[in-house]
Amino acid sequence: MTAFKTTSPPAAKATGATLFWRTMWARAYPRIVGSLIRERSWLFFETVLPLAATVSYVFVYQAVGAPEEYVGFVVLGGAMTAFWLNILWAMASQLYWDKEGGNLEIYVLSPGPLMAILLGMAVGGFVMTVTRAAIILIVCSLAFSVTYTISSVPLLIAIFVLTMIALYGMGMMFAAVFLASGREAWHLANLLQEPIYLASGFYFPVRALGFWVAAASSLIPLTLGMDGMRQLLFAGDATLGFLSVEVEAIILLILSVFFLAAARFMLTKLEEIGRREGRLIERRR
Amino acid sequence: MSSTPLAIETHDVRRIYKIRGGKRKGEAKTLIALDGVSLEVPRGELFGLLGPNGAGKTTLIKILATLLLPSSGTAKVDGLDVTTQTQEVRRRISMVSGGETSGFGLLTVEENLWMFARFYGLDNKTIKSRLAEMMQMVGIYDRRSTKISDLSTGLRQKMNFIRGFISDPSVVFLDEPTLGLDVTAARDVRGFVKDWMAQNPDRTLLLTTHYMAEADELCDRLAIIDRGKTLICDTPENLKRRLQSETIFHLKIQPLRKPTSPENVVEAVPGVRSVTIADQTDFSELRLSLQGEEALPAVLSHLSGRGSGLLSLEKREPTLEDVFIQLVGRRLDEDTNLNGTGEER
Repeated sequence: MTAFKTTSPPAAKATGATLFWRTMWARAYPRIVGSLIRERSWLFFETVLPLAATVSYVFVYQAVGAPEEYVGFVVLGGAMTAFWLNILWAMASQLYWDKEGGNLEIYVLSPGPLMAILLGMAVGGFVMTVTRAAIILIVCSLAFSVTYTISSVPLLIAIFVLTMIALYGMGMMFAAVFLASGREAWHLANLLQEPIYLASGFYFPVRALGFWVAAASSLIPLTLGMDGMRQLLFAGDATLGFLSVEVEAIILLILSVFFLAAARFMLTKLEEIGRREGRLIERRR
Repeated sequence: MSSTPLAIETHDVRRIYKIRGGKRKGEAKTLIALDGVSLEVPRGELFGLLGPNGAGKTTLIKILATLLLPSSGTAKVDGLDVTTQTQEVRRRISMVSGGETSGFGLLTVEENLWMFARFYGLDNKTIKSRLAEMMQMVGIYDRRSTKISDLSTGLRQKMNFIRGFISDPSVVFLDEPTLGLDVTAARDVRGFVKDWMAQNPDRTLLLTTHYMAEADELCDRLAIIDRGKTLICDTPENLKRRLQSETIFHLKIQPLRKPTSPENVVEAVPGVRSVTIADQTDFSELRLSLQGEEALPAVLSHLSGRGSGLLSLEKREPTLEDVFIQLVGRRLDEDTNLNGTGEER
């Protein structure tokens, strides 16, 4: 090393909203760059696997002579699986991975808010996943000649945006819960992965599960999000919907606020417990 | 203590962990990691915490770095309470640990450092200029576009150092910074620390280490810590001066048999103040502290009478390790293990 002599002025450090903004985009960066430039193999695996499952469901429906709109339902559900996988494996489990990798300690030590770190993970995760979902949707729609008849574009956009906010808010909350649970994160992720495909109606209208099961499943934002989008994408099929789109939008809005607030609360608690007990933040050596 | 403002101040800090594994199911066992540590480090000092593994050094540094709460007592950094003024403290400090693996393997050195600097709220222009300078200083500028998953341990630690210093902290905590590094990389790291302190005389650095030579070379003052307590705190020179009335020899002898009776132990030889013995595969190492050189022939005769021939003998000036042995009664490389008291570390 050469002698230490910097010519740059003392570092001016932002605070408040600017610090939040810079922290958020800094944490989103690895995901955006990783998914779009560095690790293209991720794109392959995260697209092909849900695609394969979607195609098999389409063949089942075609074989049993199900109504044609069911193919569209499956294609949409298949595209949304990419988001669910991202929530489980790259949001909920992420703080646990970060702890094991030694990054969590750096996050906590820095003045950048932990909420900004989680939001950055969510933004990066969304960018990472939206490309996979789009590929699945486009490939399957073309392959199976799915016809979309959109009844309201603004409402469709609103439902999608609210679903994503609520879903990633839930992922942020799960990140704190998974870390606090002290269990190996992948066990919890595994536990939640398959049952939600069933409970949220990824490959069939959730209404088929009955009111109370569908109502309970609505705590997972994808349940109402997919139901609402299906009603809006396949005009005339509102009869297959669980609730009206407007009601679903309101519930998704409530879920969004709830999950983001819960994530913030859990993070504060997590840091408190971590500092008090000294075992949540520190990595295992 | 001088009138220089204090950068670090702890008063009677205790840290007790509750751990599982009590005698009865559900019973908590306590583990005392720090037991009433009081320190004062003035601004501009390079202060060392020296002690064996498990002594409580890392626990103390984590309390000061706001990662842990003390069970009792107070700790301040730059005059700010680490328990209640957490955010203000975090804006002023930084920490680098030995063997640190932070960062994302798929990002380059430059990208990782940019990311960490943004967590401190630095703007892009400042980051760019500081990064270029610091990467040149530590000798990794030509590796700035390398993914960190492809870096060696030494290069990775140099990157960690830039992460720790790029935010221009007032107080830096270095926790065993040369752990696992080869000789050259460790020397580079020590050089970086010395240069940074020379260029930033108003900044403070707290270093934990269990390498005696490192503490001796770098620290203005140091505290020897063991079993959660500070045993002594002074300059390295003053600490070594304490032992100048003693004569210290290091002996290598043929393997020493276990003493069969009290009179067989080396300590029983007149003129011997203390002895530590480290058994190796083919020989035993003795560190003898004698009242004077005249006691040596009796020791050699004692050893020879018990079948341990002398392989080599060296007279040494007192080192910090000798100070540690005098204070603690064992070598620094013997980990702290407390048994039967419920105070294990």
